[in-house]
Amino acid sequence: MLNQPTTSQSATRHALSQDEDAFKNDPAASLAGVRGKDVTRAAKALLKDSAKRGGGSIQMQDVVKIYPGAAKRALDDFNLDIKPGEMVVLLGGSGCGKSTALRSLAGLEDIQGGRILVGGQDVTGTPVNKREMAMVFQSYSLFPHMTALENVAFGLEVRGMGKAERRKTAMEQLELVGLADQAGKYTQQMSGGQQQRVALARALAIKPRVLLLDEPLSALDAKVRVQLRDQIRSIQLTTGTTTVFVTHDQEEALAVADRIGVMNKGRIEQIAAPRDLYQRPATEYVATFIGLTNRMPGASNGEEAVVFGQRLPLITGSAQGDAVTVLIRPENLTLIRADANDSHVGEHARVAAIHFLGALVRVDTVITSGEYQHRGNSKPLEVTVQLPAGELPDGLAIGDDVIVTPRPVAALAC
Amino acid sequence: MAVNNADNTAPTAPMPPQLRAARARRQSIIKFVILLFTLGFLLVPLIAMLVFTLRHPLSGRWSLAPWVAIFTGNGETLGADLTVLWQGLGSSLALCVVTVAIMLLLMVPTMVIVHIRSRALERAIEWVATLPLTIPAIVLVVGLGPIYRWLSADVLNTNPIWLCFAYVVLVMPFAFRAIAVGLNSIDVKTLVEASRSLGASWPKVFFKVIIPNLWQSILSASFISIAVVLGEYTVASLLGRMNLQVALYQLGQSNSQISTAMSLLALLFGVVLLVALDLISGAMRKRKEGK
Repeated sequence: MLNQPTTSQSATRHALSQDEDAFKNDPAASLAGVRGKDVTRAAKALLKDSAKRGGGSIQMQDVVKIYPGAAKRALDDFNLDIKPGEMVVLLGGSGCGKSTALRSLAGLEDIQGGRILVGGQDVTGTPVNKREMAMVFQSYSLFPHMTALENVAFGLEVRGMGKAERRKTAMEQLELVGLADQAGKYTQQMSGGQQQRVALARALAIKPRVLLLDEPLSALDAKVRVQLRDQIRSIQLTTGTTTVFVTHDQEEALAVADRIGVMNKGRIEQIAAPRDLYQRPATEYVATFIGLTNRMPGASNGEEAVVFGQRLPLITGSAQGDAVTVLIRPENLTLIRADANDSHVGEHARVAAIHFLGALVRVDTVITSGEYQHRGNSKPLEVTVQLPAGELPDGLAIGDDVIVTPRPVAALAC
Repeated sequence: MAVNNADNTAPTAPMPPQLRAARARRQSIIKFVILLFTLGFLLVPLIAMLVFTLRHPLSGRWSLAPWVAIFTGNGETLGADLTVLWQGLGSSLALCVVTVAIMLLLMVPTMVIVHIRSRALERAIEWVATLPLTIPAIVLVVGLGPIYRWLSADVLNTNPIWLCFAYVVLVMPFAFRAIAVGLNSIDVKTLVEASRSLGASWPKVFFKVIIPNLWQSILSASFISIAVVLGEYTVASLLGRMNLQVALYQLGQSNSQISTAMSLLALLFGVVLLVALDLISGAMRKRKEGK
């Protein structure tokens, strides 16, 4: 579940730029500071704008889904609120309900409770084919008896568009995904990546109010996956289509999302911009699910904690107590050689492994001081530290004695 | 394959190329003998039938008379009345059409819906569809007898075309298999969900997405059903209806040469059907996969 810190770093960088994107794409942001009649006018303009751009807001309110014969709820009072033009990623392990949420939104699953609104209209009882949503599936879903072009034109044909016009529109969509030269090919003649791009073009061709992506990249190999996810994001930004993307891959989620909803047991644990999610996780589940985290013993008063003698601020919602677990990212720890220590903070540790990751170095250490043990078992406390390569003490080797100190960066205690 | 190996003198070859060539030759001779034996086993009865139609069993004279009688439709020279044969052939062909139509209307939508909605129900239907294979025809007829008595007396009439209901039951196991193969070869659920989410209504999903992808299996289900209906004797005979096989049997009582010739023709028709099926499905596959 934990990923390499390189990922976390690049994700943080990504998050920074995503934040700006989110602002650009969020027309509601321009409403700030407007009053009275102006609000109405601005709201109307906003609605018109979002309708023009094909985006619809989405509200899923207290949605309950129970599969026949299942004891547990697949969706348990599930709530989700998405702004027009936003790209929200639902992230979670298998069985957390993320696909069920997407399929309920699409109308492919009947729900047992709650409401679903798209663009302010209640679509809870609307059949799938009337919801004006388009979906890209994990398994290849192109119609095998049609060419790529015919596949893309299918949704238009269903809507009664003339033959010449739908050919033209379909061709434009194929160009958008860079597959115009594959228009006459059948499914079996295309690679997996090409098939998913045609599926994307097919979904976009009908100008859906909402684009639904159900792990569209899971069946592809790593390189194609990265290319296609970037392409999906840039197309989504161009068309401004409200998009819900479901994945179990946190790197994918961090890379494309305006906001990520981390799901657990049929609910969203936390929904926030990738950067917030990484830096200010609301729960232990979120903190450990995204990126790499050290579980370190400490004492907390709810606002501040002391870990290894170092005081550090806590994220709102942290636990209080003399024996809490503080979740600290590897990059928020630092280490120096034991003999160079001239401070009273930090704790002695032995270097267990050193991983060079280019610009960064990850050092696995085992705390040697006996008072820090993992609660509940007698295994020594293992702590991973991540440093810029330049900060690594010269000639540090496995077995060396070091001192590990947390940096004073906000962390979550639980 | 074996010949290719013989030419291959790769260092991993366990024995000298000459020896391997010899073994390959020996293997191909064995294959040839087996093929010949099988062909003989299958063809001897057919050749015997053909000879029987050409050589009069009592006088030993060779003549084309039975074939002439069939193709001119006039059996008077041989003292046979062919009207019963035409009658039987006519009703069998009509039965083929009606049976296939009912079978497709009944089976295709049912199987598609069940395939999408419920795996458990699909297994139940498979079991039911296979029943006619396991129940002997004679047992089936015992059950069908009273129903057909009631059908012909109170609801419809004694026209042999109404055998189609019984025949739909008879072809069910074969048709089920053929259609199931088609359904399992495509991801029906995803295709349906994809087309639904693109805005297609159920009829559109069915006719524009599912049926075009099931063409091959629908064809093969139809051809197999036709072959079964053309060869059916027991039910028609025991229910006292006239079809091709019953007519052939009756004709065999008065002129066995014409009857045998007609049986050969019916068999040939079946073979042509199956070969056509193979060719059509092969061509369709090729078109889709490209050159």
